[in-house]
Amino acid sequence: MRIVAEHLSYTYNADSPFATKALDDISLTIEEGEFFGIIGHTGSGKSTFVQHLNGLLRLPSSLKRGKKKDPAVLTVGEFDLTSRKTNFRALRRQVGMVFQYPENQLFAETVFEDVAFGYKNFAEKKPEADEVARAVREALEEVGLDYGEVKGMSPFDLSGGQKRRVAIAGVIVTKPEILVLDEPAAGLDPLGKREVMELLHRLREHWCKTVVVVSHDMDEIAENCTHVAVFAEGKVKKVLPPAELFPHAEELLSLGLDIPLTAKLVLALRKRGMEIDCDYTVEDFVKKVLAQKGEKC
Amino acid sequence: MLKDVSFGQYYPVKSFVHNLDPRLKILFLIGYIVAIFLAKELLALGVAAAVLLLAVLFAHIPFGKVLRAVRGVLFLVLFTAVLNLFFHGGDAVYWDAPAVLWEWKIFRVTQAGIMFSVFLILRLFLLVICSSLLTYTTTPVSLTDGIESLLTPLKWIRFPVHELALIMSIALRFIPILMDETERIMNAQKARGAMLDSGGPAKRVKAIVPVLIPLLLSAFRRADELGDAMDARCYSGGKNRTKYKKLHFSWRDLFALVLLAALIAGIVVMRFFPVFPL
Repeated sequence: MRIVAEHLSYTYNADSPFATKALDDISLTIEEGEFFGIIGHTGSGKSTFVQHLNGLLRLPSSLKRGKKKDPAVLTVGEFDLTSRKTNFRALRRQVGMVFQYPENQLFAETVFEDVAFGYKNFAEKKPEADEVARAVREALEEVGLDYGEVKGMSPFDLSGGQKRRVAIAGVIVTKPEILVLDEPAAGLDPLGKREVMELLHRLREHWCKTVVVVSHDMDEIAENCTHVAVFAEGKVKKVLPPAELFPHAEELLSLGLDIPLTAKLVLALRKRGMEIDCDYTVEDFVKKVLAQKGEKC
Repeated sequence: MLKDVSFGQYYPVKSFVHNLDPRLKILFLIGYIVAIFLAKELLALGVAAAVLLLAVLFAHIPFGKVLRAVRGVLFLVLFTAVLNLFFHGGDAVYWDAPAVLWEWKIFRVTQAGIMFSVFLILRLFLLVICSSLLTYTTTPVSLTDGIESLLTPLKWIRFPVHELALIMSIALRFIPILMDETERIMNAQKARGAMLDSGGPAKRVKAIVPVLIPLLLSAFRRADELGDAMDARCYSGGKNRTKYKKLHFSWRDLFALVLLAALIAGIVVMRFFPVFPL
């Protein structure tokens, strides 16, 4: 499923003194199969954008009618999100959404019940018990938890990293085509972060076709994403693969964003008169540096 | 859904009413409520309504906002009014017609019942508008400052005034935070297919559990964190604490006070010497 957004704008609390423009006429396409990263400052509109993808935020109808010239377009696969008739339930089944700190949404008495919640909600008719059990087992094993061990536990007795994985399992249990995650690794220790990123890779290989991830962590983005969109002040500044984005490191810094460690090293080496042309993953960077050194020595 | 809750929210504009001393606004509210319950004839209520209208105009609050506050209690008010209309009874005669206008089994519509219902509706609406005007024009912080200052005399009988004010200000401060949190959790559960805004009442009550439990947990977590933060800064209650903002009584407050006094006096006078005796 392909995501296409054109001329998308969104204002919170429109027509009140609290009005804040979160999205300002943005256009963006996410192809199927991408590992799509979204970076930007707090308040740049990235969370607002991803909440449009499963219809949690909808285009205000006044906006659709008012702008005849460039009407707002937002489609996810066959779903036209500007239409009132869209089946938003079917859409949400296809577009899984993992919010920031998803462990805060756990509520059930057991891990099993919590993961099964989404599965039961989205089922066309009441599913058989063994069907639910199979889906829950698959989802829990996919996120790297021991089904037999955790299924009967209270989700509140788990560790932070485990809770987060249970929460992610609760979203992927319906096998969505697109998985959207808002800061999936925030607040985890380095090991937890690495595990979450590995999990996302695994998911993209055989579970969800497209993964969209909002992140502040540039190293994560540089290592993992196939494309990156830079949000600033409600607009999309750039959409590029990491290898083409991070040569603009100075521009990103001027937007108040961080750059990956590899990009910092490339800048530092350039000052010393050494040009490295890499794709900004650590492995490629090391390879290119060694190659140059080998030539020189 | 949650955005419709407008009661208790501050509306940030600059106006005459916003600048009034919060103590005075609280007194005004209390006095006003007493006045509308003392008022015995429609003219008196009309005068009270006119004063309130004036206050709303001076506060630069859009009428839509004000009406929204009324909408929240609309059902309750109409329900009570309809009940009273049919069951109030009474044999007072206000206009040229029999005292009992309609009767069927236990239902009785009387002139007194109609008058009572009309008064009830008007009074409750005025009450809600006046109290929401207070919260629209007063930040939670100055509201609690005002209450603390007004309750100071109670310290003589060892009433924990400062603690009460602190509890209130924390509660008020947490309203928007918990609203945001609720919305976030609702979104997360909706994304997992929870049907929060459809289905019958029983279904909806059941659907609220996945929102309520995480919300309670987060409220407890926040309360713990706040307690720790206060401990870490050696917070020890009201004794010897100074205030950053001092309350001042100005000419504006005097003007509003005179207006309020006139209103109450007028209504009391009208109670004993009705202008249009019904």
